[in-house]
Amino acid sequence: MDGEVLKVEKLNAYFNDFHAVKDVDLSVNYHEVVALIGPSGCGKSTFIRCLNRLHEEVPGARCTGNVWLDGQNIYGKGVDPVVVRRNVGMVFQKPNPFPGLSIFDNVAVGLRLAGVTKKSVLSEAVEEALRKSALWTEVKDKLKKPGTGLSGGQQQRLCIARALAVKPPVILMDEPTSALDPISTAKIEELIVELKNDVTVVIVTHNMQQASRISGRTAFFLLGELIEYGKTSKIFTKPQNLKTEQYITGRFG
Amino acid sequence: MLPMHRHVDTDLNDLKDLLLSMGGCVEKAIDEVHEGITKKSESHLAQVEKQEKLINELHTRVDEECLKFLAMQAPVASDLRLVLAVIKINTDLERMGDQTLNICYNGREFLRSTIEQVPKELDSMKKEVRFMVKSALDAFVRQDVELCKKVLNHDDIVDRYRNQIVDQLKTKLKSDPNNTDAYLNLIMIAKNMERLADHATNIAEDVIFVATGTDIRHGHEQIK
Amino acid sequence: MASKLNLKVTSFTDRKRKLKSQLIIGVLLFLALLACFPFLFISAYVISKGIGSLDWAFFTQLPKGPGETGGGMANAILGSGTMVLMCCLLGIPWGMAAGIYLSEYGEGKTARILRFATDLLTSVPSIVVGIFIYGLIVIYFGFSAHAGATALAVIMLPIVARSTEEILKLIPNHIREAGLALGIPRWKVILRILVPGCVGALVTGVMLAIARVAGETAPLLFTALGNQFFADSLSQPTASLPVQIYNFAKSGFPDLERQAWAGALILVLFVFVINFGTRAFIYYKKS
Repeated sequence: MDGEVLKVEKLNAYFNDFHAVKDVDLSVNYHEVVALIGPSGCGKSTFIRCLNRLHEEVPGARCTGNVWLDGQNIYGKGVDPVVVRRNVGMVFQKPNPFPGLSIFDNVAVGLRLAGVTKKSVLSEAVEEALRKSALWTEVKDKLKKPGTGLSGGQQQRLCIARALAVKPPVILMDEPTSALDPISTAKIEELIVELKNDVTVVIVTHNMQQASRISGRTAFFLLGELIEYGKTSKIFTKPQNLKTEQYITGRFG
Repeated sequence: MLPMHRHVDTDLNDLKDLLLSMGGCVEKAIDEVHEGITKKSESHLAQVEKQEKLINELHTRVDEECLKFLAMQAPVASDLRLVLAVIKINTDLERMGDQTLNICYNGREFLRSTIEQVPKELDSMKKEVRFMVKSALDAFVRQDVELCKKVLNHDDIVDRYRNQIVDQLKTKLKSDPNNTDAYLNLIMIAKNMERLADHATNIAEDVIFVATGTDIRHGHEQIK
Repeated sequence: MASKLNLKVTSFTDRKRKLKSQLIIGVLLFLALLACFPFLFISAYVISKGIGSLDWAFFTQLPKGPGETGGGMANAILGSGTMVLMCCLLGIPWGMAAGIYLSEYGEGKTARILRFATDLLTSVPSIVVGIFIYGLIVIYFGFSAHAGATALAVIMLPIVARSTEEILKLIPNHIREAGLALGIPRWKVILRILVPGCVGALVTGVMLAIARVAGETAPLLFTALGNQFFADSLSQPTASLPVQIYNFAKSGFPDLERQAWAGALILVLFVFVINFGTRAFIYYKKS
């Protein structure tokens, strides 16, 4: 599929008086992996949280602008954030399986609470999601065990499976490997590249190598502004903006 | 955002220094080989072999250092382009060392001939080549794109000298068949001298790549 | 290895410091043991005094009149059980709802006032709660199990509310966000993801609240009053263990006093069982 699955227009995000994201325009194509890089506090996390309308759940947070998801404005009139979020999944920095829920229930919960009750449908969806997140072989014999009992890396893949289970066309990832060891990180990176066949991934990362390994395009944020957005291969060999150059070569921090 | 001191810069400077001392050896080798031929002095030619050995040693070391740097620092953007250029310049300098050695071999054979006088254009040609090598290396140190452009322009001058020398020697070959070997050797020397200029041009192009991120090797139009 | 940093890791004052440290630890240990003493003393005393009067009749028979021997506290046990149960039916959902509101929606001034009010309610003397319910219900409808249970529920309410709030607040915010990000409405995230996730802790909080109200005497004096017999309905004065213990203990008849001890023992055992049960439940949940 060609074209833009996400198109962000003049997005501004605020926490009370703090202007966290400033006038950002950015588009993401179908089946693309886009990495967002930039120093801490540059607004990249806030930015992706505007893409599934999670930003507004924080007290004092608001945003303006338009975000077109597959041609529809998610900030349009009468849009239900709940429905938006069903179509734009999210994986967080810290692995956060739901406590007290089994591995199976963790993955099934999204569908179940969306009204799917048929056992066969659920277990099929759970298996598919766990296979896609490369966790199936590791957990297929202990689906009833609590999700919190898995290792950090497995938990994060469980969270990816949980997000995949509701089959959103877009998945946002907010530093999904920053709490993981290198092996788990490598597994998740592999997974993201695989996922590209099914979904579009927008990933925030502090790991420049990660951005360069897995993404097709990279966006560099600084102080709430989108400084440069372009092909990852270009950003990491000859960025157009001096600030990008200085950031990725570690000349300021 | 404050500029930060980077340990990486120390490594990169070491790498640059290594490459420059290699360039110094190449310059010395060119001087010696030219002296040896024009003054018909074997001792100067012997110096060339010594320099070439040094160049080869440095060549290996620069490669090793680059490999280490790439593996351990995983450089990106201008750092990455710099290391890439260092690798390429390293190859050019090593070839230049080989080239001076080739000139040196032809020179030895020329030394055996009775001809005393080498074409005076060879002098001017050598001066041009030396200027190009020196400028290319200076430009590398200072990331000076303007100087690089100058180097690129001088390549044509060297080509012209080579053509003049070859034409001259062609007529001499016909008029003085007894010294055929000597004239052929001189032609080879001029040709190899011109090759040195080509390598200097390569270096200048690599420097432009580091400085601007634009590859101008195949078509100079965009930069001129 | 040669010393380069000239570090000093031994010193003369070290011994003195260690001695001082051990002395302080000793004092702390002594005081801690002393704090356990009342508990051990009460347990031992109640058991020794009460165990003799515990028999089948105690659980099955009504109290006999003063001077008579035999009889039991069946009416009080049943009454206490009924009222605690009714109190739970009222107090747990009410308290939990309040706790959920405070934790999940509790932003701004309203919530601050509510939280403060809840805290105040926790520290209101239970006898005042009794008088309050007396004025609110008993004056119009008479003494009853309803009134007693309501009084107990008022005492239970802030305990359950605050424990629910604190427990829910322990759940990191990113768990909520993970739920929301799945396209689950907030109320469903709370009821179907957060609450099941901390059900163990919530049960613990509730159990402790039950243990607390089960032993309350004062509010019941004004509300359920007490009854020598089984109550015919929930709208009649109802006997309860604490009140009956109180009445029997001050009756001056040795036989009733013995029964009071037995009642006290039952009450203590009930609280113990709830505490141990809760702990066992937590342990089971964890493993």
